[in-house]
Amino acid sequence: MISYPRWKIALVAIVILIGVLFVLPNLFGEQSALQFAKDGGVLDEGDRVAIEKLLTDKGVVPTGAFLDQGRLTLRFTSTEQQLKARDIVAEARHDQYTIALSKASRVPEWMRNLGLNPLKLGLDLRGGVDLVYEVDVQGAIKQQLDHEEQDFRASLRNARVAYQDVVVDYPKDRVLVLFRDADSFAKGKAAIVADNRNMTFTDTSVGGAPALQFEMGAEEIKKREDDAVQQNIVILRNRLNSPELAVSEPQVARQGVNQIDIQLPGLQNSAEVKKILGKTATLEFRMVDENDNPLEAAATGHVPLGTKLYYTRDKRPVLLKREVVVTGDELTDATFQPNGQDGPAVSVGLDSRGAAKMLKNTQENIGHLMAVVFIDRSREKNAEGVDVDRTTEYVINQATIRGVFSNNFSITGVNPVEGRELALLLRAGGLAAPLTPIEERAIGPTLGEKNISQGVDAIVFGMLAAFLFMGIYYKVFGLIADLVLVANVVLLTALLSIVGVALSLPGIAAVVLTVGMAVDANILIYERIREELRNGVSPRAAITAGFERAFSAIADSNVTALLAGLVLWLFGTGAVRGFAVVLVLGIGTSMFTSLMGSRALVQVIYGGRRKLDGLSI
Amino acid sequence: MEFFHKVTRFPFMNTRKVWYGLSAVLIVGSLVLAGVRGLNLGIDFTGGVVVETNFPQAPNLEQLRTALAKAGVAGAQLQAFGSSRDIRVRLPPDPNAKGDQLGARILAVFTTVDPGVRVQSTSVVGPQVGQELFVKGAWALVATLILIAIYVLLRFTFKLALGAILAVLHDPICVIGFFAVSQMTFDITAISAILAVIGYSLNDTVIVFDRVRERARTARKLTIAQVIDESINQTLSRTLMTKLVTLLVVVALLVFGGETLHGFSAALVIGIVAGTYSSIYISAALALDFGLRSDDLLERKLTKPEEVDGLP
Repeated sequence: MISYPRWKIALVAIVILIGVLFVLPNLFGEQSALQFAKDGGVLDEGDRVAIEKLLTDKGVVPTGAFLDQGRLTLRFTSTEQQLKARDIVAEARHDQYTIALSKASRVPEWMRNLGLNPLKLGLDLRGGVDLVYEVDVQGAIKQQLDHEEQDFRASLRNARVAYQDVVVDYPKDRVLVLFRDADSFAKGKAAIVADNRNMTFTDTSVGGAPALQFEMGAEEIKKREDDAVQQNIVILRNRLNSPELAVSEPQVARQGVNQIDIQLPGLQNSAEVKKILGKTATLEFRMVDENDNPLEAAATGHVPLGTKLYYTRDKRPVLLKREVVVTGDELTDATFQPNGQDGPAVSVGLDSRGAAKMLKNTQENIGHLMAVVFIDRSREKNAEGVDVDRTTEYVINQATIRGVFSNNFSITGVNPVEGRELALLLRAGGLAAPLTPIEERAIGPTLGEKNISQGVDAIVFGMLAAFLFMGIYYKVFGLIADLVLVANVVLLTALLSIVGVALSLPGIAAVVLTVGMAVDANILIYERIREELRNGVSPRAAITAGFERAFSAIADSNVTALLAGLVLWLFGTGAVRGFAVVLVLGIGTSMFTSLMGSRALVQVIYGGRRKLDGLSI
Repeated sequence: MEFFHKVTRFPFMNTRKVWYGLSAVLIVGSLVLAGVRGLNLGIDFTGGVVVETNFPQAPNLEQLRTALAKAGVAGAQLQAFGSSRDIRVRLPPDPNAKGDQLGARILAVFTTVDPGVRVQSTSVVGPQVGQELFVKGAWALVATLILIAIYVLLRFTFKLALGAILAVLHDPICVIGFFAVSQMTFDITAISAILAVIGYSLNDTVIVFDRVRERARTARKLTIAQVIDESINQTLSRTLMTKLVTLLVVVALLVFGGETLHGFSAALVIGIVAGTYSSIYISAALALDFGLRSDDLLERKLTKPEEVDGLP
């Protein structure tokens, strides 16, 4: 008898069983579906009936319809039907709905409740849009410095200290507060330091006059950059998840130091999404200066002290006080109401700080005019291809404060398109730093399907070739290797389903390569057994020696491939990482299956025999 | 069935000058070709726009070119890929290019030629991405080589390690030479294939070296050249068998995997062939010429008495 511990055989059996369990959800496949969202609102039962009727009239019958959180999902039997349905609705109800192609899983509910989910597919396999944005971290630093400048001015103003100027020196990442004399310097420094206790300041002098300097250190800069990227990711996620955009399962992830990768499965036209993603719209509430004439200020260019000249959308000048009552950062909620009492409105909620300020302001200014300023910063390329930041500011509305209010109120005077977008952007928050698109890839749904079928073909034919070869060359042992190969692919698929890594085309290539390498390990073992047999060792001893001695060779051959895989994992992004992840996991499963799985099978086949005359190898 | 029932007796060491010569021709040829013809870099590296379209029947490329030129789409390269009905349009990087717009524009132009045309995919890559990727790819290559060098150094003596690393360097150069000759698109997946090949092909070398070390200890009467010859011959069966099966699988990938994986699987095929060649003919031979002696391998036996044994 060849001995091999029973618990090891049991372990192999259990692992394979668990593997099969996790692979099961992948057998149900997916159904093509369409996801509808409505501009500026939610879809209801009426929309569902209308859309279904529209499609049924044209002979495209959906197999299922579900309303969920104001979005409608329709399922179809084929991609062809799905695309046809999209074209029908898009044509008949132009501009009324945003439509995304998606896939609805056929996995039964109970299975999903057990946490069993099918493999995620990468964009190259399911179709969709991949966007890469670069975060302008320099811009984030600039914003921070500008913010400090405003803060220092406020501190000095509150302490009533006379100062010459506060200047931001961008290239050196510092802010300089310039004073006229030592006396005001001492007072000013005390005021600023009191308000900013956690910051470090240095005394310096500019042109003989004393000055106070705040410089951002390397660490602070790095932290600010990290924050900016992270904050932008959160905000982009919020924007993508809002019901106004029909995007299913958007993925937003940091890529490298200052890039953000956004994957939008099923999406075909990225224009709408990109318009929303790159925006940095916000609001400011300011009191109107009712004592001066805005027309005169606009004509002469002379703006009264403490005010700033704005224009309304229809180009009428308005003078607003310099102090901001509340900014968009203090908003906690914003919803668009298309049918408000006074036309379309955005109802907003303020956080406690904003609410307190608004309360104080409305108490003091009943009967006066307050204005809402819309600010939109966008980044565009000019004719030379250089990035230019463009700021659009205009007054949305001016209204008389009729009563005291604090944390909840409505802004009227918006048009429907603007209101919907504003609500979305306000709710998601402002971008911490400007974004520049640097990469965009769109893969059509039919190409995705073609990629899947080609990938599956490659795996099937590759495995078939390996199967035949092993069976012919190593006979029974070859068949054992074939079973082990199947187990390897099952385990790898299970592992990928569990980890939730999206499988891409290069990932499929890695599966194929792993199959090759798993065969490799079996060949190492069998060649060793053959060599032992050739040297006249008994079959039993040959099996034991073959597995034991081949171990170091298998380990060796995998260590170097593992090293390369890990480097790829670390350096790579996107497709390369998809390849590396599968390669590294595949090396793990192939080692387990060839060493333990193969050994257990040999034990099951040959282990019980009292007498072993030869091996079929 | 068994191809190598008897252990072969190929005189690898005596004929090594011939193999060096072949390798030298391959390396110099690859580098010269890469320098003269250059590589057909994918938009991953150059930046630019690629739009892939599918026609109901094979279009006339000339007609499409004229239509594009007339519509003011400048610098477009047209190429059939996969089948003659699949046409790929490539445009140089343009800072003002917006992916969705360009895709729509090309579709509009093509629709005038054949109304049944569909856009399969659109890729827009900014020029700064390519540069970054190039640097990243180079770093990945260097990091892999360093890690592998450290591993081999820990495992073997300096002379063997040097032979292994030089032999490993030989493989990616051959792959690059192949890409220069075939003018296949060299993209980021080709680089990952090269890295995988480096990791994968080194294990043959490791196994040969393992056997060399084992034989050097047991067969004290043989010269080191004889030991190396014997070791390579003894491991030849498994080296060739494993590579043969892996090649079978990778060729399936090349044939069935589709256009997207062509460059990748081609790089794997060439890399595996080159890797097998270099680990049989070059790595141990180099170690011999670096002055490897049996004593080098014995010293380690004293420090590590229970070293793993060599392999078939």
